[in-house]
Amino acid sequence: MRRLINQQPGRGAALLLSLLPFILGVCAYVYYSHARQIENPEDKLLPSPTTIAATVHQYAFEEDERTGERLLWVDTQASLQRLLTALALSAAAGLMLGLAIGVLPYLRATLAPFVAALSLIPPLAMLPILFIVVGLGEAAKITLIVIGVAPLIVRDLAMRTAELPNEQIIKAQTLGASTWQLVIRVVLPQMWPRLIDALRLSLGSAWLFLIAAEAIASTEGLGYRIFLVRRYLAMDVILPYVAWITLLAFTMDWLLRVLRAKAFPWATPAG
Amino acid sequence: MTQVTVEHMWKDFAGQVVLENVNLHVNDHEFVTIIGASGCGKTTFLKMLLGIEAPSRGSFLIDGEPLPTEPGPDRGIVFQRYSLFPHLNVLDNLLLGLELRQSRWLGRLFGGRRRRAVDKAHELLEAVGLKGAADKYPAQLSGGMQQRLSIAQSVICEPKILLLDEPFGALDPGITKDMHTLILKLWNMNKMTIFMVTHDLQESFALGTRVLVFDKVRVDPQSPEAFGATITFNIPLKGHRAPR
Repeated sequence: MRRLINQQPGRGAALLLSLLPFILGVCAYVYYSHARQIENPEDKLLPSPTTIAATVHQYAFEEDERTGERLLWVDTQASLQRLLTALALSAAAGLMLGLAIGVLPYLRATLAPFVAALSLIPPLAMLPILFIVVGLGEAAKITLIVIGVAPLIVRDLAMRTAELPNEQIIKAQTLGASTWQLVIRVVLPQMWPRLIDALRLSLGSAWLFLIAAEAIASTEGLGYRIFLVRRYLAMDVILPYVAWITLLAFTMDWLLRVLRAKAFPWATPAG
Repeated sequence: MTQVTVEHMWKDFAGQVVLENVNLHVNDHEFVTIIGASGCGKTTFLKMLLGIEAPSRGSFLIDGEPLPTEPGPDRGIVFQRYSLFPHLNVLDNLLLGLELRQSRWLGRLFGGRRRRAVDKAHELLEAVGLKGAADKYPAQLSGGMQQRLSIAQSVICEPKILLLDEPFGALDPGITKDMHTLILKLWNMNKMTIFMVTHDLQESFALGTRVLVFDKVRVDPQSPEAFGATITFNIPLKGHRAPR
């Protein structure tokens, strides 16, 4: 028999295998949920799939009695707006600062240690400061995500820029490139796919900071909702919300990956 | 006309002498090949011509002027690897030099100016045998094709001096032969002065109009960094040859 390391699943088998853990997880949930319901029909910890389906329907398609809104979509829109604004700001800052730090030795000497120190401040420790300084509104939540994510993107892009082979930089100069031309024709185009990689890696922490901010001070949002209904042990709301957040995050990651492959075919794929 | 004159030139890095008392005169349109053991200052010498290292003592003049302190368009370079731009296809890699020269802020050409540049690039692509590969990315090219492109990329800017740092060191022997024919052709077409560092003795004599051998004349076994290398042989070969 061939060694295990040389045995490859076919395409169909690989797809089935990748689905298997998900299916097993759902099966295990249904089994334990059913077992608890038999013991206690009022059990709130593992609500039955039908209860969850009814709650999802209520949140997604029925108007809330108090506000007259479809809560899931209101929450999703509020959260995505915060997240995407913050990610856009972080990406812009990351690209501009990272590139400048990577390319210009004087700026690197000035800013690299500062950005490194900034990136080590625990963002959640800054949250009270943000609430005090910029208030409890949208700005505080967006700022928290930016503080958490932007320094990492800046550092990553500065490192990626500095990693460009010196041969390339010298060659460009022998072709007559000024610093500006070097940046826009040689460095920047090669940093776009790196920026996408950096964004993909920061998605997890961006969501973390978003939910933390919403949990503490908010009136709508996915994180707000799950922390609100926690008081009533409403697992039938929390579980689908968590699944929905995961799906949103997964979709964003997937979109970024597809964008990278389609827009930058010359860049070798990174995971 | 390009004259390179080096007189009593020394180079040391923090007390470690790399080159000592180098004297050299190179005329216009020479093909200078540089050989010598590893670590005897060949590449340092090339880096000085490039402008990224400065002599510690003595003079190093191009056309009577001191060496510039940074790389510039009058001195082209082809490295062994990594001198292509991976995000540009073959044609755009070749156009880059023209675009940078003619468009100061965008570094891009449009309309008629771009068409003229593209025509020029296509001519050169044909001359270096890359006609069919214009829309490929560097990663899709073989090592030999990459070096052809890198050479063409420098030549399109019509540099006075072309520096080659072991450009064929990573290629198969069969391909190296073609590359020799190509570089001699371009050298005659553009009337530039070439400095080429190589490991290959045969190559250095086959291509050069002048062969420089770098070696250490003095060695102190107690402190090997005390003495540097110099040009131990400066061999002028018969005049400019036509490509074979």
